[in-house]
Amino acid sequence: MRNVNLTIDGINVTVPENYTILQAAATVGINIPALCYEPGLEIVSACRLCIVEVEGVNKLQTSCSIVVQDGMVVNTETEKIKNARKDILQLLLDNHPNDCLTCQKAGECLLQDAAYKYGVVFREHDGARKAGKVFDNSSPYIIKNDTKCILCGKCVRTCAEVSDRQVLTFANRGFDTKIAADANMSLEESTCVSCNRCVAVCPVGALLDRRFSGKARTWEGQVEEVQCKVCEYGCMFEVLSKNGKRVAVRAKKPIVGRPLCLKGRMTTEFLYLDNPDTTYKKVDGKFVEASWEETMGLEGILEKLLKQNENEKIESEEK
Amino acid sequence: MITMKDLEIIKKNTLPKIALRHNDTKEDESVFKKQVLICRGTGCTSSKSDKIEKKFRNILDEKGMTEDVDVVRTGCFGLCEAGPVVVVYPEGTFYSHIDLEDVETIVDSDLTNNEVVKDLLYKGAIEDDVIKAIDEVQFYAKQERIALKNCGMIDPECIEEYIAYDGYVALYKALTEMTPDEVTAEMKESGLRGRGGGGFPAGLKWEFTANATGDIKYVLCNADEGDPGAFMDRSILEGDPHSVIEAMELAGYAIGSEQGYVYIRAEYPIAVQRLQIAIDQAKERGLLGKNIFGTGFNFDLEIRLGAGAFVCGEETALIASIEGERGMPRNKPPFPANKGLWQKPTLINNVETYANVPQIIRKGAKWFKTYGTEGSPGTKVFALGGKVNNTGLVEIPMGTTLREVVYDIGGGIPGGKKFKAVQTGGPSGGCITADDIDTPIDFENLSAMGSMMGSGGMIVMDEETCMVDIARFYLDFTVEESCGKCTPCREGTKRMLELLEKISEGKGTMADLKRLESLAETIKISSLCGLGQTAPNPVLSTMKYFREEYEAHVKDKKCPAGVCQELLEFHITDNCIGCTKCARNCPVNCIDGKVKEKHIINTEACIKCGNCQTVCPVGAVIKR
Amino acid sequence: MEFKFDMEANKEKLQKLDKFIEKRKTKKGALMEVLHEAQHMFGYLPIEVQQKISKGLGIPLAEVYGVVTFYAQFTLIPKGQYEIGVCLGTACYVKGSQKVVDVISEDLDLAVGSTTKDGKFSLTATRCIGACGLAPVMTINEDVYGRLQPDEVKDIINKYKTGELPIVED
Repeated sequence: MRNVNLTIDGINVTVPENYTILQAAATVGINIPALCYEPGLEIVSACRLCIVEVEGVNKLQTSCSIVVQDGMVVNTETEKIKNARKDILQLLLDNHPNDCLTCQKAGECLLQDAAYKYGVVFREHDGARKAGKVFDNSSPYIIKNDTKCILCGKCVRTCAEVSDRQVLTFANRGFDTKIAADANMSLEESTCVSCNRCVAVCPVGALLDRRFSGKARTWEGQVEEVQCKVCEYGCMFEVLSKNGKRVAVRAKKPIVGRPLCLKGRMTTEFLYLDNPDTTYKKVDGKFVEASWEETMGLEGILEKLLKQNENEKIESEEK
Repeated sequence: MITMKDLEIIKKNTLPKIALRHNDTKEDESVFKKQVLICRGTGCTSSKSDKIEKKFRNILDEKGMTEDVDVVRTGCFGLCEAGPVVVVYPEGTFYSHIDLEDVETIVDSDLTNNEVVKDLLYKGAIEDDVIKAIDEVQFYAKQERIALKNCGMIDPECIEEYIAYDGYVALYKALTEMTPDEVTAEMKESGLRGRGGGGFPAGLKWEFTANATGDIKYVLCNADEGDPGAFMDRSILEGDPHSVIEAMELAGYAIGSEQGYVYIRAEYPIAVQRLQIAIDQAKERGLLGKNIFGTGFNFDLEIRLGAGAFVCGEETALIASIEGERGMPRNKPPFPANKGLWQKPTLINNVETYANVPQIIRKGAKWFKTYGTEGSPGTKVFALGGKVNNTGLVEIPMGTTLREVVYDIGGGIPGGKKFKAVQTGGPSGGCITADDIDTPIDFENLSAMGSMMGSGGMIVMDEETCMVDIARFYLDFTVEESCGKCTPCREGTKRMLELLEKISEGKGTMADLKRLESLAETIKISSLCGLGQTAPNPVLSTMKYFREEYEAHVKDKKCPAGVCQELLEFHITDNCIGCTKCARNCPVNCIDGKVKEKHIINTEACIKCGNCQTVCPVGAVIKR
Repeated sequence: MEFKFDMEANKEKLQKLDKFIEKRKTKKGALMEVLHEAQHMFGYLPIEVQQKISKGLGIPLAEVYGVVTFYAQFTLIPKGQYEIGVCLGTACYVKGSQKVVDVISEDLDLAVGSTTKDGKFSLTATRCIGACGLAPVMTINEDVYGRLQPDEVKDIINKYKTGELPIVED
């Protein structure tokens, strides 16, 4: 592929011609804030935080979507852009609960990072906030908290990547837009299979792994990457340890060919965790406790293996 | 297969039936003695012109007059204020506000004895006892009709009448005498700019789509006219649907497409029905479908209905909606010309733009450019409304001044009130004040004044219109219609609306005005689609021209126009006769005064219910 | 308010809908057309109908729901026997249509966008219906009332309450 030369914030950058400005900037350590951009997912340019100025172009451009061109001169942190980003962040914070102290996402929340970078703080106001049923803890695997949702739509896009899935959707419109499961059902009633792809890509605390919640702050303890052993895809998981104990497993972001699934995540929990929690399965739209054999799909197999071991033992004893 | 010869035969057979309606044909060629044209546009139909049409037909039938007198259902005449409208030819007698009871009178007098019913004439159609024909009436005199040429002239449900007025001749000419590139070149040469809002040169759009690579391409017509107060596209579809069909076929030929879609609001049932009839008739005649005029050119057309989302007027949202999805705009680039409907190269123009096309191809770009200004050739249709005497559709050459539109065509402001401003461009536009009333209207000038052409809503406002309230009204619309995809528009317009509500309730601060401006700027420069980017315009524009009105709301807690309820106070003037009626009817007993003496309202305690004003026999209670 | 959809009572209509869907199974972008038709049949789009459409067209239920809730004309609750629409387009608004909405709201104890408990009236604030020359305008089902004065609105509504209106023609 051909290379392209451009200037970003006064730095000369050379990247392949199919790079976006955002990708090109990252190669020289310029991190343009973006909330709805996710490598591997369709680019939607919805959050508008990644806007930059391109010389010779009147309107601000979204760096996530504009592909580099030879001789392009890009500025990513002008006053105009900073002011717009501050306003956009303020708009998001004005409709977001001020509970970072207890939010499981704190420390790896993209909204928090951007607010920190631009010094935007929560403020009191008596304007409208998201209305309606906003908190869904019907699932033992996912906590869905719409009050924290910034409607970047990554969850909807990643959910739709798996054919025949598409459980999540945007519902309503305008200020009332929200993320709904199927026809506005709870995660329990819906066709959600708890693969946690959505959790893995959510930039804020709107979709959280319930089994990780409360076990450790994101910056505490050690993280160990492991590969799932259940099927040939070999998805990546993180095992988190705190005080020498392995306390939680969570999914790393899905990528092409690595779909993530509940079975894989639970099997990884079983293999690595010191004291894994009870597992659940969905029966007729209700979560019920399940045995580990059921969860890992080992019913019948274990007895057979045991029996086989027994037989081998007897055989070897007989010899 | 249809041929040019067939078109000529249709024209020849139809001309005697329509001869009375145009001046250049001698009356003796007509098969009828009189022709009654009845407006069946949405406006007049809402005031029962359908029943009026039926009654005319019944009475004429009963009296055995149907051989001599023909009844024609037409599209909008434009002067909706006068509806229901009935016009009698050959004289062009212009009857307005016709009731069912009037039908018999017209039949007996005008149609039977050739005596005009003066009492029923449109007020502007009679001056010093001289009766004027419809085209001599002041409302029409300054207009120039290109896009609306056939509206109110032909029966939109009769393809023969369209053909008789040289319909489908442009298509024949293009298919047989021009290459696709020549058609595109003619469009470029004409300088026709998109009539749906932005004013992008239509010919360039055609060229981009023609040059885009792809085996399948689409031609779309944007009939999702949603600006509150705008209805020109609807009127064209209701009055002259074939002009749009012919134009889309021309576009299909030029860019290499065989399939078109008209995306139309479901709120326009009459337009949908007429367009469907027109499509069916065109198919039946071989003017749509396979091998048109035997040239091997195929084109099919389908209607797709919207479902109530203003944002679908944005072209990428319109595409998403045709695809059966939520109508959320997509980031550009890629532009529809390269990747549009189902990822294929797609041409989108709006109804009014298309309505100009057949005449441009038939009469040439040069002819078209004789109208309008250099940068904005041709005409523009406006839906004139608000505080103006003649509300309705007007088509004017670009470059006409606002004064001509409001005073000459619109007949001025009712009640002799003072002109304050005109709002153009709907929720994306802004206002033009008295200072600019003599500026010629074209794309550049409107933008320079902080407004925009938009699709053509033109709302006149007088001294009793509060500009903060108007800004609030448009923002309310935008908030309701924002798709919710991008942050600035979804969250930002809501906050702007809250600030405006606060200000109109007298709770605003100067800091709020500043925040309003900052938010407006951010939304303007950072929103995803054109609708978001223009959503702050009504606020920016009113703040620019009427800042003192905003400050009056904030600093003095007053609404100078007397609109914002919370800021109004009821007062009793010296006209008070001391009848005590107001005091007796006040629910909170806040009016004091002795019999036969002037009463006084305690404004602190007043709940502004307005009872006192309603009951006062001498109009001594005022709001200010 | 809960409105229960009766599958049994609507059996025939549901079969009709099935046929309508079947014909459009392979048509690109048919969802909107099917939703329009379904709403025309049932007056609203209950979840049961959405599920049927989802299955019939092979479109995930989430997507169907997403589309239904995006467009203002699609409704999840049944409309009243008489659907009152008051135009809040610019021309009507400037001529006082908000007052008309307020009068109806108060008279029927009916918020904009809802249906009365007896299912008789529902109230919508519509966008411009294009009858600007008649502003302010109210529609009740097919009937159009123009150049309204707020005080005559109650009388008109009353006539629908008593059955004096609408005038049913042969």
